Amino acid sequence: MTAIAEATRRPLATGKRAERSLRSLAFTLLLMLCLLVGLLALLILLIDVVRDGAGRLDGSFVNSLDSRFPDRAGIKPALIGTLWLMLFVAVFSFPLGVGAAVYLEEFAPKNRLTRFIEVNVANLAAVPSVIYGLLGLAVFVRFMHMGRSILAGALTLVLLILPVIIVAGREAVRAVPPSIREGALAVGATQWQAVRDQTLPAAMPGILTGVILGLSRAIGEAAPLITLGALTYVNFVPGPLDRFSAMPILIFNWISRPQAGYHRAAAAGIILLLGVLMLMNAVAVFMRNRYEKRW
Amino acid sequence: MPPEGRGLTEACFRGLGSPARARRAAQEGENKLEGGKVNGRKIAVSVAMLTLLAIVAAACGGNDAGGVTNDALKNLSGDLVADGSSTVGPITSAVAEEFQRAGATGVKISVGISGTGGGFKKFCSDQASDRTDISDASRPIKDEEKALCAKNGVEYLELEVATDGLSVMVNPRNNFVEYLTLAELNKIWAPGSRVNNWSQVRAGFPDKPLKLYGAGTDSGTFDYFTDEINGEEGASRSDYTASEDDNVLVQGIAGDANALGYFGYAYYVQNTSKLKLIGIVPEGGRPPGVKPSESTINDGSYKPLSRPLFIYVSKAAIAKPQVKAFIDYYFENVNELLSSVGYIPLHESDFTASKQAWSSASA
Repeated sequence: MTAIAEATRRPLATGKRAERSLRSLAFTLLLMLCLLVGLLALLILLIDVVRDGAGRLDGSFVNSLDSRFPDRAGIKPALIGTLWLMLFVAVFSFPLGVGAAVYLEEFAPKNRLTRFIEVNVANLAAVPSVIYGLLGLAVFVRFMHMGRSILAGALTLVLLILPVIIVAGREAVRAVPPSIREGALAVGATQWQAVRDQTLPAAMPGILTGVILGLSRAIGEAAPLITLGALTYVNFVPGPLDRFSAMPILIFNWISRPQAGYHRAAAAGIILLLGVLMLMNAVAVFMRNRYEKRW
Repeated sequence: MPPEGRGLTEACFRGLGSPARARRAAQEGENKLEGGKVNGRKIAVSVAMLTLLAIVAAACGGNDAGGVTNDALKNLSGDLVADGSSTVGPITSAVAEEFQRAGATGVKISVGISGTGGGFKKFCSDQASDRTDISDASRPIKDEEKALCAKNGVEYLELEVATDGLSVMVNPRNNFVEYLTLAELNKIWAPGSRVNNWSQVRAGFPDKPLKLYGAGTDSGTFDYFTDEINGEEGASRSDYTASEDDNVLVQGIAGDANALGYFGYAYYVQNTSKLKLIGIVPEGGRPPGVKPSESTINDGSYKPLSRPLFIYVSKAAIAKPQVKAFIDYYFENVNELLSSVGYIPLHESDFTASKQAWSSASA
């Protein structure tokens, strides 16, 4: 008997003890192993970073400027720089990404041009981030005269994560059952009303997942910001149009310094970055659950 | 409390109003939900609110306390933008840190590290708004960079500020190498060199594989080393472990008994137990040559691998009072700050000459 027929006859997930053959047990173990590989790597990384950096992570670390004394070095300007970046990235990428996704899924005619655009959006998701940095340098910094500011950095990161948001947004819109929008159309809603009041709210959890994936990628990016000219030492708390530093850049710089004290500071910075990231994810999960609908 | 501290506190108090607003917004959202309708706009608004809250929360809190303050520095304001070499960057940052601690809290200083070449590109950029005030450099400006500056009308002043010694190192378990001559180093590192065993370096060395570690091609260290050892900037064999991050090289040499590598003296000082420094015999010199140390780098007897470090100041920037005060402060304090970042003061006569050049140009 083939394995497929076997599996069909005896599904793995019935949970009955009698149905757990040796083979199904082995398969379950294999799947768990796949999960463990990723989790273990993450765990080792976390333990290593926490061991190095936990002692350095305190109020003065969060609230001080960088210093030539590794034990006094703080991350404040870079932290504020990163928070500004995330704010602008969220504000710009959300409407742009969702708008593009809804248009492609709901309004765009299915012709060669749309297919061409679709393929290119998917391709853009795989372009190395340095390229976006160069694009941002040419377009935002030089052509639009924004200077090497937080705003220019944020817009570059928006370009970087838009493909991710668009692809995830389209999946989410597509996953809304057709009956929902057909129902709306049937009672006389215009296409726009159906999208606004039915499809979009129903797709919101999936869209938010895409946005948060994008933001999570953006928060850790150093390469495009380095290309843009983000700085390592900043002695002031930057505003949107100021030159700036960001956490990944400062961490990267600290790791390459000779003094071991900076390596501990870098580890503390990584913990803080992970903390900010988890906070953002938590907000997204909270909102996703809140707006989730079941049919 | 300094004025900007007050501003921050006010912002914090204003920020306290937003949780209430956020709650109201959430409530409105709830009402909408009951009506069976979820408004996407509300979500975006609450995302923005939460991020804003996080920023306000992070920005609230004590300001850094100043040390000894100086009234003349207190009245300074404006921007000061430096960029360039990652070797010189820590020195400029250290001076900036003390400059601020001494009272110049109103000056917004930023220091980037795009490398010596990258720094000059911004220093002499065709867009005036993009130009930096100070360019950190671990080598003198090149002819094509001079041409760029001339084309864009940027005049500048070259000032030596410190010395660095490129150090050649082996693993501490290596007990047969105490020094290398320039000719031997050249034999090892020359472009296309096939030396891969210690016995090929000098008769009498044991038959052990030779593992090489060196600077990546984007660093000024690479430019300087290849220029001095191979006679041409950028000419080097390429089959070695290269990294722009000197810590990677430290790890590599510390873990490989057959290793040989080079990098800046600052990285050796922090890792003396993991590395063994070897002497360099200059042309016409006699074994065991000279090892880099504070005194041999400072007095120039460690050659040819000790190099001066520079800052370049644009003449347009000298007119800005905050830049002038910063460079004044630089020359007053750099020598005391250098040891904390791992570099060595200029020889006294060079330092006096450099300081002289600055005071006559800025007077």
